[in-house]
Amino acid sequence: METYTIIVLLLAATIRVATPLVLAALGGLFSERSGVIALGLEGMMLGAAFASASVSAVSGSAWLGLGAGVAAAVALALVLAVACVTYRGNQVVAAMAVNIMVAGICPTLGLAWFDLGGQTPQLENPGQRFTELTWPGAHAARAVPFPGLLYAELISGHSLIVYLAAALVPASAWILYRTRFGLRLRAVGENPSAVDTAGVSVAGLRYQAVLISGLLCGVAGTYLATAASSGFARDMTAGKGYLALAALIFGKWRPYPTLGACLLFAFTDALSSRLEGVALPLVGVIPVQFIVALPYVLTVLLLAGFVGTAVAPKAIGVPYAKEK
Amino acid sequence: MDNATSRNLRWMEPVLLPVVNLVLALLLSGLIIRLIGENPWQALQLMVAGAFGSQEAIGYTLYYATNFIFTGLAVAVAFHAGLFNIGAEGQAYIGGLGVGLVCLGCGSLPFWIVLPLAVIAAALFGAAWAFIPGWLQAKRGSHIVITTIMFNFIASALMTWLLVNVLIKPGQQSPETREFAPGTWLPSAHDILARAGIDFSPSPLNLAFGLALAASLLVWLFIWHTRWGYALRVAGQNEAAARYAGIVPAGVTVLAMLISGALAGGLGLNELMGAEHRILLDFPGGAGIVGIAVALMGRNHPVGIFLAAVLFGALYQGGSELSFDMPHVNHDMVVVIQGLVILFCGALENVFKKRLSFIWDR
Repeated sequence: METYTIIVLLLAATIRVATPLVLAALGGLFSERSGVIALGLEGMMLGAAFASASVSAVSGSAWLGLGAGVAAAVALALVLAVACVTYRGNQVVAAMAVNIMVAGICPTLGLAWFDLGGQTPQLENPGQRFTELTWPGAHAARAVPFPGLLYAELISGHSLIVYLAAALVPASAWILYRTRFGLRLRAVGENPSAVDTAGVSVAGLRYQAVLISGLLCGVAGTYLATAASSGFARDMTAGKGYLALAALIFGKWRPYPTLGACLLFAFTDALSSRLEGVALPLVGVIPVQFIVALPYVLTVLLLAGFVGTAVAPKAIGVPYAKEK
Repeated sequence: MDNATSRNLRWMEPVLLPVVNLVLALLLSGLIIRLIGENPWQALQLMVAGAFGSQEAIGYTLYYATNFIFTGLAVAVAFHAGLFNIGAEGQAYIGGLGVGLVCLGCGSLPFWIVLPLAVIAAALFGAAWAFIPGWLQAKRGSHIVITTIMFNFIASALMTWLLVNVLIKPGQQSPETREFAPGTWLPSAHDILARAGIDFSPSPLNLAFGLALAASLLVWLFIWHTRWGYALRVAGQNEAAARYAGIVPAGVTVLAMLISGALAGGLGLNELMGAEHRILLDFPGGAGIVGIAVALMGRNHPVGIFLAAVLFGALYQGGSELSFDMPHVNHDMVVVIQGLVILFCGALENVFKKRLSFIWDR
């Protein structure tokens, strides 16, 4: 295959890998901007992946699966919100608790319901999955390398959720920077007592933010189970929630840079499967594990201030207690 | 805090709270077991029998508990300094690498030289892996929760690379090292007790259990009976007060993480030197995460950590025995209980504290 085709296919793979990251990271963005640490993305995604795959397998409808995935993730978000906002518990502990609980509950229920070793049945019927949409003329365009192949691989040929994720980036930016809700949300993450003084409920805003993160993780998990693959497998998020959090930090808590970070991390992922055992000029074979670790190393370097600076929302992780 | 709470907290907090939390977690887990069509009461009985029913079962329970004591202590020491070390998993992984390298490299040396070398290597490697997040938190202000999570993933990638490309036994498919020389193995409880004339069924329980108990004692001495431990607790509770008292919080952060990582590294002694006798992929197997539950439930005190570690050891061992009789209830159920314990002991701690002291005062 010529280099051009390889690059285009690599970029197409990047888009597919980036989608759940973008959705989860945007969810985390709302949560963290309101002052609640978004460590629970992993668990909410995993729960959604299981719920969507189960319901889709039983009902035969991907859309019902999506509904179930979102409902499950929002329910988990509610647990987080109750623990972190209402009862002012430690946000890191609460999120770890949810992540661990979900990691155990999904295969337990899966085993009991489907008897497939914790997996859900394969979603074979096209109606059970969010399959790739082929845009008009994509087949014909493939014959023309430029820009036809770009159109066929990058614009066309993704599932609906991919386009939704792409649209949600500007939408989130608009909500965050151009609406009253967004302004209040950003304020509550920086200075909750000021928001409280202005007569706006701190708890209410944080609840909304955490539930939004649940909603988006629900879509992300559904994508993993019913679009990127065909069914739920044990621990199928495999750290993607933490990677999304890293992308969010790498994107300095802003929607567009976060999208960029997600695409960068997804690109390294796509690259690592492509580079397996391939000798490159000058450097030779790069071990796959080095590329796998790259997003984490980059995030640590950024957090350490060696690559630019990342300033977190000021009130993050601090439960807000209204003065008596 | 109101007066009533503080009066009863002395014994209520360390004793009653964990018990109430555990009961709640077990009740909810029982509900799930009921939901999937099994009898929760029978499951509990099978589990207790599986964990304590025979010498072999007890051996396995304490063998798992050894891992959890090490990681629980690791999380607890960081907690005392106000740090949340989620990286015990990665630190244990790298600490185990140190143990493995000593055992692979010093196979011809007598055991009484290998043992201290391995203990030092476990502590050094684990501490080194914890040092970077600690230093970054102290000097560069990077959030330690995030960096330790990232370091877990980095450790996992690094160890995979090492095992696949460097340390793998030549001519073998699975990414494992060759077996350590038998002279470097930690003696099993079976052998130790046999020498004392006591008959104890063979199990993976080994000398590392004793090392874990010794580590618990050292942690207790360190936290409550040294000036460094005092500095650690002060800095953890009130950084401004600590600074006023002449304590350097940055130094405390680094010190706490070094000790924390060194303790996590102890897992390698039990798992590799005591049981597996080779380095293999992902040998910590989530024990670093269990350590969080153990530390929270044990209220960060070595005695509490020991009890919580034995409890989780029993859940692990009982859970795997349980799956023979109830194929639908297995290790994953234990993970659920673990999550619930963390939720109740850690995140919802305020709820129970208030309710309990309210009931108590009536």
